[in-house]
Amino acid sequence: MSVVTAEGLSLTFPGDVQALKDVNLSVEAGEFVSFIGPSGCGKTTFLRVVADLEKPTGGEVRVTGLSPEEARMQRAYGYVFQQPGLLPWRTVEGNIRLPLALMGQDKHVMAERVASVLKMVELDGFGTKYPWQLSGGMQQRASIARALAFDAELLLMDEPFGALDEIVRDRLNDQLLDLWRTTQKTVLFVTHSIPEAVYLSTKIVVMSPRPGRVAKVINNPLPPDRPLEVRESTEFLAVAAEVRNTLREGMD
Amino acid sequence: MLAWLSRSVLPVATIVAAIIVIWYAAAIPMNSMRTYMMAPDDAEISFSELVSDTWSQKKPQLPLPHQIVREVKKQATFSWIWKEKRRGYKRSLIYHTWVTLSSTLLGFGLGLVLGVSLSLAIVYSRVMDLSVMPWVITSQTIPIIAIAPMIIVIMAPMGLTGLMPKGVISMYLSYFPIVIGMTKGLRSSDPILEDQMKTWSATAFQTFLLLRLPSALPYLFPAMKISLAAALVGAVVAELPSGARAGLGARLLVFSYRSETIPMWANLVSAAILAGLLVVSFGMLERALNRRLGFRTAGEVSS
Ligand SMILES: Nc1ncnc2c1ncn2[C@@H]1O[C@H](COP(=O)(O)OP(=O)(O)OP(=O)(O)O)[C@@H](O)[C@H]1O
Ligand SMILES: [Mg+2]
Repeated sequence: MSVVTAEGLSLTFPGDVQALKDVNLSVEAGEFVSFIGPSGCGKTTFLRVVADLEKPTGGEVRVTGLSPEEARMQRAYGYVFQQPGLLPWRTVEGNIRLPLALMGQDKHVMAERVASVLKMVELDGFGTKYPWQLSGGMQQRASIARALAFDAELLLMDEPFGALDEIVRDRLNDQLLDLWRTTQKTVLFVTHSIPEAVYLSTKIVVMSPRPGRVAKVINNPLPPDRPLEVRESTEFLAVAAEVRNTLREGMD
Repeated sequence: MLAWLSRSVLPVATIVAAIIVIWYAAAIPMNSMRTYMMAPDDAEISFSELVSDTWSQKKPQLPLPHQIVREVKKQATFSWIWKEKRRGYKRSLIYHTWVTLSSTLLGFGLGLVLGVSLSLAIVYSRVMDLSVMPWVITSQTIPIIAIAPMIIVIMAPMGLTGLMPKGVISMYLSYFPIVIGMTKGLRSSDPILEDQMKTWSATAFQTFLLLRLPSALPYLFPAMKISLAAALVGAVVAELPSGARAGLGARLLVFSYRSETIPMWANLVSAAILAGLLVVSFGMLERALNRRLGFRTAGEVSS
């Protein structure tokens, strides 16, 4: 079943900025799709259209078979923004609990979930801190924890690890892979890092700018079970080279 | 302790001392007119005589701090409360301060309700945004002193006299900072957080309660402080045309007719003390609430 489909999707912002032009894409259930491309090529905009935060000016988008608005109303996706987006007057726990409370979740379930996602992003013990008491990277992890706790079938992540150091990033990549494998979630993941895209995805969407469009969709032949060492394998390097070349062509 | 003293007490004390010195010096020329008028034509007045006279007149142009303090001490009495015939209250500063305080608080409360309601209407309705804001601003260009008698005249036939019209006049000044601050505050919520709420398909009311209202508080609190001071000004002004006999403003008027400058200043000082107490106690409330809400307060560093 297709979780996200876009047909002839275009979006022109007021002031005649064409952020997306004729984007065709189909994401199947359980896929992990990375979006990569130069700054300003419309990656965030595409995710926002899927999330019903922007309305397309042309073409059609379906999310879990519904219109983006219907999907949003049914809380079909969790969204991790490019910036942490935590409420400053709530503790980390309070922030993670907020969407759960909006869903009318039971208190015990909430407490359990909060504890487990905090452990997952290695923030256990920081639940009672306020966002301003955390470093930028820790705030971003709290924001990821919140999206994980929300536990939707579709996860939209806009450069979630951009603000993190290499080591934490590797660990979180690993955990995200684990999570994806065990829960069979569908993930749309924006990144600027070629290794990250190749390591995580089943499919890599390379985008090119002005106007933003899909340059190439590259299928990743790596098996789902990926230890960190896979990055030295020849298959891995071959995919990475293909992504790099496509990106370079897109710039001309 | 010493550092604290030199940092917070010393600057204030220096300024106060300077003001007092200037005050006593200025009183000599300002009050000397009366000294010369009262003296026989051919009298020689030495400088020390001049000083001692200008600093101790009964109706000086410029009363001196010690005279004002003595007057406040004398008149700030509670005894009218338990005196049998309650005669003393007419002169008690405490009584008149209480009268003014009650219309200040009423005016502040009314202003808060009106201000918050208006800003909600402005933020949530485009029509109200376009139509109300210009009137709110226009309302403040009309002097309160012109509006006050009209409010009294309009409200009297409805049987509303005494406290109510004074509260309404005070509200006329106090609602304005609230509208401006609250409107700005409700619009200040982070767009990312707005989007975030949207992705959770929060209702408009949930977004208001969980995001907009908390985002508005840092704007509302300072607005409330200004509003509190404005409410006091409104309450004092409201007593002038209403024929009121009680309250700091009414007393100010009476004493100014009689050129009783010392009680006038005593009234002024009471009003200033009242304003200070109101703002300081509100500041304490604000800090407590901020801490309760987890807002970062000045001086705290991230750890
Ligand atoms: N609200 C908006 N109004 C007008 N133009 C916009 C708006 N949002 C984005 N754009 C424009 O649309 C284009 C795509 O922006 P988008 O944020 O999707 O880029 P991106 O691929 O996410 O870039 P980055 O990697 O830097 O995050 C840019 O040219 C940007 O200037
Ligand atoms: Mg972006």
